[in-house]
Amino acid sequence: MNNNDIWVIAEHKANIITAGALEAIGAGKLISKQLNGGLSVVILGDELSVFSKSLSNTMVDNIYLLENPLLVQYTSDAYISCLIPLIKQHRPSVILIPSTCLGRDLAPKLAAVLKTAYVSDISRIEIDNNNITFTRPVYGGRLLSAVVCRGEKPWVLILRPRAFEKAASGAVATDLHAYGVSKAANIEKYSTNLLSSSIRAIIKGVEQTQKGMGLTEADIIIAGGRGMKDAENFKMLEDLASVLGGVVGASGAAVDAGWMPHSAQVGQTGKVVSPKLYIACGISGAPQHLAGMSTSKCIVAINKDPYAPIFQVADYGIVGDLFEVVPMVIEELKKNG
Amino acid sequence: MGDNFLDNFWCGFAVLKLFDHMHIRCYTLAVKIFVLIKQVPDTAIALEIKADAADIMYQDIPWVINPYDEYAVEEALCIKEKLGGSVTVISMGPDRVADIIRSSFAMGADEAVHLKDTAFNSLDAYSTAFILSKAISISGYDIILCGKQAVDDGWGYIGPALAEILSVPSVSSILKLKISEDKKHATATREIDEGLEVVEVPLPALFAVQQGINKPRYASLPGIMKAKKKEIKIVDAGALGVASAATDLRVWGASRTNVKKLFYPPERKKGKVLEGDSMTVIKELINLLRNEAKVI
Repeated sequence: MNNNDIWVIAEHKANIITAGALEAIGAGKLISKQLNGGLSVVILGDELSVFSKSLSNTMVDNIYLLENPLLVQYTSDAYISCLIPLIKQHRPSVILIPSTCLGRDLAPKLAAVLKTAYVSDISRIEIDNNNITFTRPVYGGRLLSAVVCRGEKPWVLILRPRAFEKAASGAVATDLHAYGVSKAANIEKYSTNLLSSSIRAIIKGVEQTQKGMGLTEADIIIAGGRGMKDAENFKMLEDLASVLGGVVGASGAAVDAGWMPHSAQVGQTGKVVSPKLYIACGISGAPQHLAGMSTSKCIVAINKDPYAPIFQVADYGIVGDLFEVVPMVIEELKKNG
Repeated sequence: MGDNFLDNFWCGFAVLKLFDHMHIRCYTLAVKIFVLIKQVPDTAIALEIKADAADIMYQDIPWVINPYDEYAVEEALCIKEKLGGSVTVISMGPDRVADIIRSSFAMGADEAVHLKDTAFNSLDAYSTAFILSKAISISGYDIILCGKQAVDDGWGYIGPALAEILSVPSVSSILKLKISEDKKHATATREIDEGLEVVEVPLPALFAVQQGINKPRYASLPGIMKAKKKEIKIVDAGALGVASAATDLRVWGASRTNVKKLFYPPERKKGKVLEGDSMTVIKELINLLRNEAKVI
């Protein structure tokens, strides 16, 4: 029998739990309350004591720290061989994983090994009489799908970025305190036995920074489309992004023209984003593109064509020449920023 | 006498076949590549939900190959051109799936497996991966390529799950792939949250490709002509030995996930187009972003 425990597999960077993991902990808290189960956070890496300190007096029930030098860099082989025994031991009912590159690689593999239900890209969770319904975008966000799971547990669930409330950023302990619950968590440390020979993938190197990185987590996105006319002109959007603390994205048309890399593409075949503020510059608003950004909280459209479909979804529209408008916006923001 | 002659004949034939086999195995070390392809509704069309909300209306909608899978086909063809070997596309679905198989043939794929059986209708993600694993295992493989996800249901499951079921390593979201000269390893560059990661894995292995890895070729006219004549191997549940065995049904019979309903996202309320000269409009925009939307 599985108990009602909810697990969150929490990613961390530089000894800080990531935003996505905090959202998953937030979602986990909601579910565990309604299902009357515990909430456990699982952290993989090496020398994780910092988390046992920062999480020691929080609202989570259990913190499982899986330590091994071979877990510092993610490989699915190492993660799965450490997680499966722990899952078999504790038998959680649900495992929540944030939608990151790591999560999207790990979750399907974990679910396949366990032969249990898997749901990705969840943007909403509803519980009614212990029945859980997951809402997720399909067809690139043009439709939504309500999914139910059944059968053996744990169900492996990937949560869409920015879909669930997290506490304000900062140290983990303070974040978790923000939920207003304070009790001593049970901390268990596992030093796992791992052989490097059991890890089939060898990581040869990591190349940091690439355009479009952080798009899915960004609060503010400035995106350019065909109206940008040239790769050079994206510099202007970089400037606006740096004034507002945002990230630059692009429409499929701008990517196809070779002005921006694919990693920066927002849309059905690119990234699906829902920032607080999305400023679309010279983007007409093809269904493909709208599918990727229409859940943004506030949309601003700057376009010469008053009939561009982007104005149908924009909260604020400016019909005008972006080469005139954008520099003026930057200027104005700088003036009274 | 006659018998002896025949014996010698068959014996000689067998030896020749053996040489033939050895030739392939020992001299060319042909790389066998499988590409998983899925047929999806054209991404540019409007979608309508059926009255019972369980699915979309499929009538008269144009179907295409999942764009990510097309990159996978292209990558497979590039590997074949460099190293020799063969490219087999494999797809599950009804008769219409033959269209994307033919278009893969036209690009240059050599063989195709069409998994077609009413028993395969509305399988869940695990069961689909399980059936694929059975079909692919029959003929052996060195490299499996697929798109990083399908643009219709967007599960992003089949590739990594299939690799787990087959117990082979896999690399997700790859933007570059290089096979070693001895064809025993592959080096892939994959997208990670911090940038790019270069990973080496032993073959056989599975790779899920990300947009940007290549530009799929257009089918040539001779390719299109040849594609019409190529044989599509139809495989049903019985051929895989998973049709009736109770043990298999337990594994893949009951759906782990069920779509309760589809619905349209809430419509955004109509916004306002700001009017006036540029300076007025920009001041108003900044004011609205600060004080009405409160997003900056």
